[in-house]
Parts: sequence; structure tokens; C-alpha cells
Amino acid sequence: MLNIESDLLDKIKETGDFDASACMSCGCCTALCPAEVAILPRVLFRYALLGAKDKLVESTDTIFSCLLCKMCEDNCPSQVSITENIRTLRNYLNKNVHGV
Amino acid sequence: MALPIGNVLGILSDNLRKRKSVLPLKASTATAWADGLDILYGGDTVIYTGYMYQLIPSISSLAKRMAGYEDSWMTKFFGVGRFFNKIVSLSKFMTHVDSEQQDAYNNVVRNIAKLLMAAGVKFGYLYDKELYTGALVYDQGVDDVFIKHAERVHKVLTDNGVKKVITIDPHTTDMLRSVYPKIIEGYDIEVISYLEVLAEANPDIANNLDTDLVIHDSCVYARYEDVVDQPRQLLTKAGARLHEPELSGKLTHCCGGPIESLKPAKAHEIAANRVEQLAECGKNVVTMCPICMVNLTNAASDSIDIKDISEYLVKAYGR
Repeated sequence: MLNIESDLLDKIKETGDFDASACMSCGCCTALCPAEVAILPRVLFRYALLGAKDKLVESTDTIFSCLLCKMCEDNCPSQVSITENIRTLRNYLNKNVHGV
Repeated sequence: MALPIGNVLGILSDNLRKRKSVLPLKASTATAWADGLDILYGGDTVIYTGYMYQLIPSISSLAKRMAGYEDSWMTKFFGVGRFFNKIVSLSKFMTHVDSEQQDAYNNVVRNIAKLLMAAGVKFGYLYDKELYTGALVYDQGVDDVFIKHAERVHKVLTDNGVKKVITIDPHTTDMLRSVYPKIIEGYDIEVISYLEVLAEANPDIANNLDTDLVIHDSCVYARYEDVVDQPRQLLTKAGARLHEPELSGKLTHCCGGPIESLKPAKAHEIAANRVEQLAECGKNVVTMCPICMVNLTNAASDSIDIKDISEYLVKAYGR
């Protein structure tokens, strides 16, 4: 069962730019990822949009496995700012979970 | 147990906040490349190394040690390490720099300066006043520490009357050209990579390279900063025959380096994949980023030779 925090997205946006609303879950990002991350950016973004903080925290390892190489972003048909979203999720986790 | 992300990032960001660099680097080592070149201090236009090449031996040494800790019981003590690192720099004791490797990376910077001089470009240097830009801390999303550091870097530039910087690596180029303007109000410094400067200067060739080279683009140069044509233009004019892997230019494959500090095993796996792709095209590989160079070199066998682009360019265009 998902534990939903309705203000999660607002808290994430307080730490940086985050806009994943255009993601249509097409999977191009996954197909192109050199790091072959275990969880897809689209899933991470969905957790954030839904308010599933626990799931996001559980995905810490994946969020910090991203190379920020922009291979996915440059080929995203919806032009989602994937790398900046990932960086913002890192900033949120660093502040709220890691104490950095 | 995986490396503890919070404590590793805590140590690196504490270093940046307290010691102005993620890893220790003596000023004399960082500026040694300029010895004897008679570059004037400061000026409107300066070469900005951002310490990236000079830091590689320290980063490489630490990465090897971290790879040993990955999945070991030692990770439990990283929290204690972070606590003591705030008082005394433990990173100094964690890194053992190979002097031969340090000289090689310093020599890359020296070659770049020589190339600019040979092309008639006028520039100064901030010597020990120059600072690392904070790229690693920015990428890992420790924004509060990064922003304060970026303001510190900006102050150094403005206090010295710098109007234009010539960068020598993709990460420093991206920080100073694309990231700083977004976070520092009134940022007004022109930033240009030495590859762009040289391509525009279009210098005459001193020696024809007459060699086959496999080109590996940096993700940051290609996809963040649109530096793709310039290295090709310079190498081709110098007589090099370029061979491109399937994933090249804007579609270049990452070297794995950006996750070296937190996921060393994965970073090595990605680098090995890339080396395999490059080796299919030839044995002399050219890189244009210090992170790419060290990661691909560490993943490559002796049958493939990986060199920074400046080493070829200085042969072709140097005087």
C-alpha cells in the first residue's frame, strides 16, 4: 500500500526545479540509459507526482546512480528536463533524508 | 553494504565548504603546470583550469580506496569519518597521489596553455587564487553548499576584474557558462572553451598528424555545451583520420565517471562497455575530458591507447 504525502511535490519544488507532468511513460529514457538504472525515471517521477515519499526514499540508490549524461533527455519526445528533475530529487533527499 | 550516500556526500561537501575543494590539492601542485610559461597574473581574459585535470590523481586514488570499501563492513564507520573530517581533513590521509600521474595531468594543462599561446591568444592566470567550481557537489544535489561556493568563485573573478574566461574541460565550462548564470544575480562573464577558441582562431599546422584516431565525445561538451564540431575540425585539419563509434557526437556514450564517487563498481562497468565500443573502431582513442580519460584508462587493457586531445593538438599546432 502506498503511503501518500499530499504536499510532497510542493516540498520537492521548494528544493529546485521539478516538472515531470509532460512525461507520458513512453520508455525512451530507459531504452537509452547507459547505466541501465533499475527503476525508470518515469517511475521515480510518478512517485513524486503521487506523493509517495516512502517509495522515493526506497529509490535513493537509483536516484544517485543516474550519470546525468542527458542521453535520455536529449531523446525524450516530451522534452522533460530529466536530469534537472533527478538533481532536484537528490537535493530533496540530501536535505530531508541524508542530513547534507 | 553499498557506500553510504549521505556520509560520502557529507564529507565531499564539508570539504568544499571548509576547504574550498572536494579533495585536498596543494596550490603548488595545482599551479605547477604554469612554471616557466611566464603567464601574467590576472587580466580581462584568463585561462581557468578549475583544477579538474590537476585533481584527477587525487580523485583516482580516492576512487580506488572507495571501491575497496564498497560492500564492506567499513561503510558503518563513514559517519564517524564525516564527524572527524569536519575537524581535520581525513581526505588528505585517504589519498595517495602518484607523482608520475600528477605530472602527466599537469602536462595536459601545460599543453593547452601552449596551444593557446601558439595561436596568438592573450590570456592571464589567477594562479593560487583560482578555485574549483564545485561541479561534483552540484551534480549530487547539495545545492546550499554549492551556491555559497559559486558565489565565492564569482567574487574571485570579479575582484580580479576578469571579463572572459577560457576553460579547459567540459565540466568547468558548463558550470561557469550555463549553471552559474542561473544562480548568481548579475553574472556577466563570457566563458569559452579552449577548443572553441582554437577552432575560431584556425591556426596553421606545424606538423601533420597523419594518424588514425577514435574520438570519444564528453557527454557534457556534446549534450550540455554543444561542443562537437570543434575538436573534429581541429583534428581533421591536422591530418588525423577520425573514426567514430556508433554512439558518437550528440549520441555519445557516458564514461561512467559521474558516479565514480558513490558507485565505483557500476562506473567501472559502464567504462568497460564504452572501451569495448571504442576498441572496435581502432586502438588510439582521443578524449577531451579528464574524467573520461581516467575512467576509460582504468577500464582499458594495454592494447588500447587513450590520450587527451591536447596531446595530439600540441603536436600539430604547437610551436
